[in-house]
Amino acid sequence: MSRITSALSKRKALIAYITVGYPSADVTLEVVPLLADWGCDMVELGIPFSDPLADGTTIQEAGYRALRNGVTPRLCIEMASELRRKVDIPLVFMTYYNPVFNFGLETFCRLSAQSGIDGLIIPDLPPEEGAELEAHTSRQAMDLAYLLAPTSSEERIDLVSQRSSGFIYLVSLTGVTGTRKDLSSDLEVFVGRVRKRTSLPLCIGFGVSTPEQARRAAKIADGVIVGSRLIQLLDKHPFRQLNELVAGLRNALDTS
Amino acid sequence: MNWQRRLDSSEQCGSTSDSRVKKGVRKLKLPDEKGYFGSYGGRFVPETVMIALDELEKAFAAACADAGFWSEFELLCHDYAGRPTPLYHARGLSARAHGVNLLLKREDLLHTGAHKINNALGQGLLAKRMGKERIVAETGAGQHGVAVATVCALLKAKCTIYMGEEDVQRQSSNVFRMKLLGAEVCPVSTGSRTLKDAVNESIRDWVTNVRHTHLLLGSVVGPHPYPKIVAEFQSVIGRETKDEMLARYRRLPDYIVACVGGGSNAIGIFRPFVEHESVRLIGVEAAGKGLDSGSHAASLVRGKAGVLHGTKSYLLQDGNGQIASTFSIAPGLDYPGVGPEHAYYKDIGRATYVAVTDDQALEGFKLLCEAEGIIPALESAHAVYYAVRMAEELSPESLVVINLSGRGDKDLGIVSKEIEARQ
Repeated sequence: MSRITSALSKRKALIAYITVGYPSADVTLEVVPLLADWGCDMVELGIPFSDPLADGTTIQEAGYRALRNGVTPRLCIEMASELRRKVDIPLVFMTYYNPVFNFGLETFCRLSAQSGIDGLIIPDLPPEEGAELEAHTSRQAMDLAYLLAPTSSEERIDLVSQRSSGFIYLVSLTGVTGTRKDLSSDLEVFVGRVRKRTSLPLCIGFGVSTPEQARRAAKIADGVIVGSRLIQLLDKHPFRQLNELVAGLRNALDTS
Repeated sequence: MNWQRRLDSSEQCGSTSDSRVKKGVRKLKLPDEKGYFGSYGGRFVPETVMIALDELEKAFAAACADAGFWSEFELLCHDYAGRPTPLYHARGLSARAHGVNLLLKREDLLHTGAHKINNALGQGLLAKRMGKERIVAETGAGQHGVAVATVCALLKAKCTIYMGEEDVQRQSSNVFRMKLLGAEVCPVSTGSRTLKDAVNESIRDWVTNVRHTHLLLGSVVGPHPYPKIVAEFQSVIGRETKDEMLARYRRLPDYIVACVGGGSNAIGIFRPFVEHESVRLIGVEAAGKGLDSGSHAASLVRGKAGVLHGTKSYLLQDGNGQIASTFSIAPGLDYPGVGPEHAYYKDIGRATYVAVTDDQALEGFKLLCEAEGIIPALESAHAVYYAVRMAEELSPESLVVINLSGRGDKDLGIVSKEIEARQ
């Protein structure tokens, strides 16, 4: 059982997304162990990309700042291996396809696996284009989680279900990342459509930021991914608000 | 002149045939079903819009098989946009080019001032067929934005145009035009604040509103089937050129020269000639302040393979796969990527790609003004400069077609500033 599969089978999983190097590399190194202590079951480490077309303003800005701080894919891999020495929870890279392609698929997967990365999420890589990367992730025993969206047809749900490993990332809404006042009213219908056709764990992300939203998502999913709201609190040292938010989310999931 | 697409059922979209020019013919079936031109192209987009690309592909295939769709497109091209455009023997310019015959394909004479209207009309009709009530588009120079806003006014669709803040300032007259035509113009202040960022923002809007919105991409870039669709609507340029060449000169041209940003005017004029090996195809990119200055937009000449805006192609990027910021005096060429079909033609050697600096483009601009009384778009001025320069090496009986993709009204502000700065 992969570290991801095992983490998702224990309890409703709280998954944190942070951009590596935002607001600084030190914060990333400091905050990931804290997130694990406070009850996160997995952390997505975002490798910044200059043109993040699936991201809303918050993660865009965090990415630009990280790039200005000199963050590169190689540095992210080095930081992952440092973090791996401090935490046991699964760590996955989330990034766009070009930085990975540019690095070289084989090298990227090999070095990532060596540094203790358990999986990859690439929002601009649908399964139709993913065969080559899959060959490398599976050789390194890493998971490659594909995404589904409310617009996905039943055929696409089947395709992603066959090809995804670790879990399926459910995009809660038609849109980009970022906090929203409400979750989509169709969320239950969408998750139900997917659940009927797959046995993989389902994690819901995009637009989930409050404990109330997390509780509603956790009722129907195996994991909940929170990104933009966490990022907004990352530059507020010493992370009191961040701690409160994560504790609140944890509590919401445990009582969902 | 035969501006009309032949609609006999045997003819597939994108194919051309003419019994007079069978010699040296190479048939290419492009792109493949997955949208690849060799190893370039594909569909690298968020899952949310995959279904919209399938839908678009199906709608385009259905439209291709529907004579009614093409006759509506051709009627609008003819009556509304002003097709066919002349193929003008530019004697004044030829005299400045060692007597080599330079012919201008006058896309600058079209309604809205550039070739962009061809694709905007085609996709506008396609969007209507798909029942999409809203259209979103990116623009660099503003020519595509104006074309889209125009077509939306004509077809009664809601229209939102994303334009980099930098370009909003550089091309303010086009911003005003778009607004007059009823479009909402959204300045984009992220990243380099130019075309690339406008594309990002229009894709984000599309991802959000995909159920009722059509993304009207303006060049042969983006995920499959966009490069194929845009090439098809633009290849009317090449078909007219070919017919006119055969009617007037009884032969095909020796060279075709076109500027390349994303590359739609170039693909449009190249397409029907690709199978004729004797015709040399030359794409002219923007060398900006010089290829070694770090401020240029020559993706094919200086880039390497990568993935941006849904397609795999040549890209200007740094060693870490971050997209480089680009520069060109011509906003329409100021883009770090290029259509995958061009990437393929470069690799197989079917087309040659070169680059021309800002200064050289300005020289081409002034030359065409003086020699012909035609004010070209700065984008097209790149092609003009290169064709005249290239003529030094050619024999006088050579026939060179320059695709004059747009007119220069929009650039007067930039050019007057540049001229002042150089005095």
